[in-house]
Amino acid sequence: MPTVTMTVNGMERSGTVEGRTLLVDFLREHLGLTGTHVGCDTSQCGACVVHVNGSSVKSCTSLAVQADGADVTTIEGLANGADLHPMQEAFREHHGLQCGFCTPGMVMSAVDLANRNADPSEHEVREWLEGNLCRCTGYHNIVKAVQAGARAMGGGS
Amino acid sequence: MSGNGTGIGASVKRKEDARFLTGRGRYTDDINLPGQLYGYILRSGMAHAKIGAVHTDAARAAPGVHAVFTGKDMEGVGGIPTGWLIHSKDGSPMVEPGHPALAIDKVRYVGDCVAIVVAETAEQARSAANLIDVEREELQAVASIEAAEADGAPLVFDEAPGNVCYDWEVGDRAATDAAFDAADHVVSIDVVNNRLIPNAIEPRAAIANYDPATGDYTLYTTSQNPHLVRLLLGAFVLGLPEHKLRIVAPDVGGGFGSKIPHYAEEAILTWTAGQLGRPVKWTCERLDAFKSDTHGRDHISTAKLALDADGHFLGLHVTTKANLGAYLSTFATCVPTYLYGILFAGPYTTPAVYCEVKSFFTNTVPVDALRGAGRPEATYLLERLVDKAAVELGMDRVEIRRKNFIREFPYQTPVALQYDHGDYDATLDLALKAADWAGFEGRRAEAAARGKRRGIGISTFIEACGIAPSAVVGSLGARAGLYESGSVRVHPTGSVSVFTGTHSHGQGHETTFAQIVSDMLGVDFDAVDVVHGDSAKIPFGMGTYGSRSLAVGGTAIYLAVEKVIEKGKKIAAHLLEASAEDIEFENGSFTVAGTDRSKTLGEVALTAYVPHNYPEGLEPGLEETAFYDPLNFTFPAGTHIAEVEVDPETGEVELVAVTGADDVGRIINPMIVDGQLHGGLAHGIGQALLEECVYQDDGQLETGSYMNYTMPRAADLPSFNINHNTTLCTHNPLGAKGVGEVGSIGVPPAVINAVIDALRPLGVNDMSMPATSQRVWQAIQRANG
Repeated sequence: MPTVTMTVNGMERSGTVEGRTLLVDFLREHLGLTGTHVGCDTSQCGACVVHVNGSSVKSCTSLAVQADGADVTTIEGLANGADLHPMQEAFREHHGLQCGFCTPGMVMSAVDLANRNADPSEHEVREWLEGNLCRCTGYHNIVKAVQAGARAMGGGS
Repeated sequence: MSGNGTGIGASVKRKEDARFLTGRGRYTDDINLPGQLYGYILRSGMAHAKIGAVHTDAARAAPGVHAVFTGKDMEGVGGIPTGWLIHSKDGSPMVEPGHPALAIDKVRYVGDCVAIVVAETAEQARSAANLIDVEREELQAVASIEAAEADGAPLVFDEAPGNVCYDWEVGDRAATDAAFDAADHVVSIDVVNNRLIPNAIEPRAAIANYDPATGDYTLYTTSQNPHLVRLLLGAFVLGLPEHKLRIVAPDVGGGFGSKIPHYAEEAILTWTAGQLGRPVKWTCERLDAFKSDTHGRDHISTAKLALDADGHFLGLHVTTKANLGAYLSTFATCVPTYLYGILFAGPYTTPAVYCEVKSFFTNTVPVDALRGAGRPEATYLLERLVDKAAVELGMDRVEIRRKNFIREFPYQTPVALQYDHGDYDATLDLALKAADWAGFEGRRAEAAARGKRRGIGISTFIEACGIAPSAVVGSLGARAGLYESGSVRVHPTGSVSVFTGTHSHGQGHETTFAQIVSDMLGVDFDAVDVVHGDSAKIPFGMGTYGSRSLAVGGTAIYLAVEKVIEKGKKIAAHLLEASAEDIEFENGSFTVAGTDRSKTLGEVALTAYVPHNYPEGLEPGLEETAFYDPLNFTFPAGTHIAEVEVDPETGEVELVAVTGADDVGRIINPMIVDGQLHGGLAHGIGQALLEECVYQDDGQLETGSYMNYTMPRAADLPSFNINHNTTLCTHNPLGAKGVGEVGSIGVPPAVINAVIDALRPLGVNDMSMPATSQRVWQAIQRANG
């Protein structure tokens, strides 16, 4: 079975996986990083979004071996110690989460958007979130949070 | 109530968010127990079949497999029970067939549980399940109400002739018939309430453990009501005493009703853990969730409204057929009856109402509560019919509603409920203003100039929430009480733990309940924590559904706090050498009335736990529990207005604006309340425009994944215009009514009424949910002839 090595949230992590092991399973089962969630098995819901080399990726659709050598950031790696990342803070401030299950994927996806567009319009946010499902919030406050978070990030994470 | 920065009425940021935002939530699938094995549930791929031998030898021999169990192995275990006994018109009890956790002899829907494979890894369990050979004889399936009631239809259960579970009624039929005899106008309508799949984003999961040393079972499960699961699983299925069965519902990723029922998988897992003496974990894959989470709605109805010449409603007659699916889920039977038929007065003074409901077994996933549960179905029918009446009588859609509003309270409806209070004009006026109803024709004309058909639709509605008075529901067939519990433990140095029988799976109870307690006790918000979801920690409670948590659970907490204060007064009186009757409690201090002599709550609490100088005969400690059984349902009400633009070339409906004016009773945290409204609106809009569960005639689920079941996405929805007019519930001390289901109850008819309003100039006078572009385009083509 192949061994993979990647930087996860700033630390080098290795593990022996099957060829078919998904990145999300490597993160959750091998590394215990259960903040990344699995909400579907057809790459639709986006609860599993993490960053691979700075871009948002659905970790349920990536093999662990594809991330060999990559720099991976999960929701656990976003905050700076006790200080929430500006996007996390914006979600809290604007009540952009309820049950919290889609939240890690939403936040990671939103950070990627903000890195590309420092001041997204409501329309741009709604279009960007095409790959993230939420059943609780009706997206209303998520959209507000993403806009506020992007502005707070000031064009960079 | 001080109304300070974190008190009642403040938009306090949520306590829950710190863990959810940093990946430190603890959902069931995040939990792993030492020595845990993995279970995979083999499900039926046929909707209706006799099953013979189930050959499991190859699976048992597969790598990593510890055990395979089938229905025959579990044959001595009790079936999955249902929680509400409905009686038919003739007084006979409903047909209540057994529901074995693992199918025996017959499978009745695609997704029915056939076997469990337990292995070292989830992959091994799933792979081995493919090696199970089930001898099957496929039977013709009945996958819809129409198929179930057809002459000579195959029977889902031999004991249910015609596939009928019950034929129920509510209201006075003779009085209603008389109203129609006296009517100047009769308006009728046929509607289908489309079947929905709940789709909480967290799939169901469970881990069961058995400790042979103590005989204790523990089940971690994705539930909205852990004690209800314990009661059903322990007392009815496995025969385990409550003190040996602990149910933990940790962080739960949304429920919407689909995590109320006690599911077969919970029984299978717990029983299997007992057989093996090791923890067994199961996580539902989304594709299996589509065919095993209970579905919602699925009604076919015809109704008629009798009116006088002035447009006053005289009588309403509703005939509904409801699909219950293949087995009776926990609340399945009450959803199309006591959560449906009793809503048909709506906010109107209709003096005679009659509703009859015939419910059918079909070879489909069991149907149970889904956000609103019965009340969206009733509201949709009524508000579509009222709109149609306005059109047929040539009346204004707003005025016909206003003409029939209830204005005197309490109001006894002809269908059992007594509304305590409300102000329907106020929410109507507020919504009309917020939506700029008066300016709509200008917007219609502007859209027309762009080639678009613009329409506006309205819904004025009431709901019955805060379920429910135990004696009332007991007399109607409920097999459980629907009170709620709350415990308040003031610790020796003055911080507080609150224990509630409700369960939070997105609603923010940890914040809202802490606001109530910190406000009442005058302690810091951060000094109050709320504990829920673990039957080993909390008092017996009934959980969260039916918008009941604040009105029922919050009241229990309120009453427990009052008991704490009363006891604290006795302790303070002793310390202050005064009479307890002379002690006043405010802002965290017990004060002798008219003096500046006082003791803080912290001083009183410390005295309660270190009772060296203490009132004679008073128990030490400062912890109180209250059980609250509500006196009545609560009646949130409001007006929802939707505005749409239809592209007549493509049939595409754009939802341009959604305005709500709601009366949800006392608002503890406006931020959380608005969030609940947003979510409910999205769910209701999903039903109106996007979502539809489709079965093929052979019982195969056509919409079995996110690829072909259309969930609302961010770009499908506008931002919502939310407004409040609050009247207080008169029969609970908080004045709370409930908010969790409002959006999904009120908005679907507003959306469809708007679509019809847009298309009426094209000759389209009816529209079914969901109003997809295909359906709208076809309607336009048909109207064009």
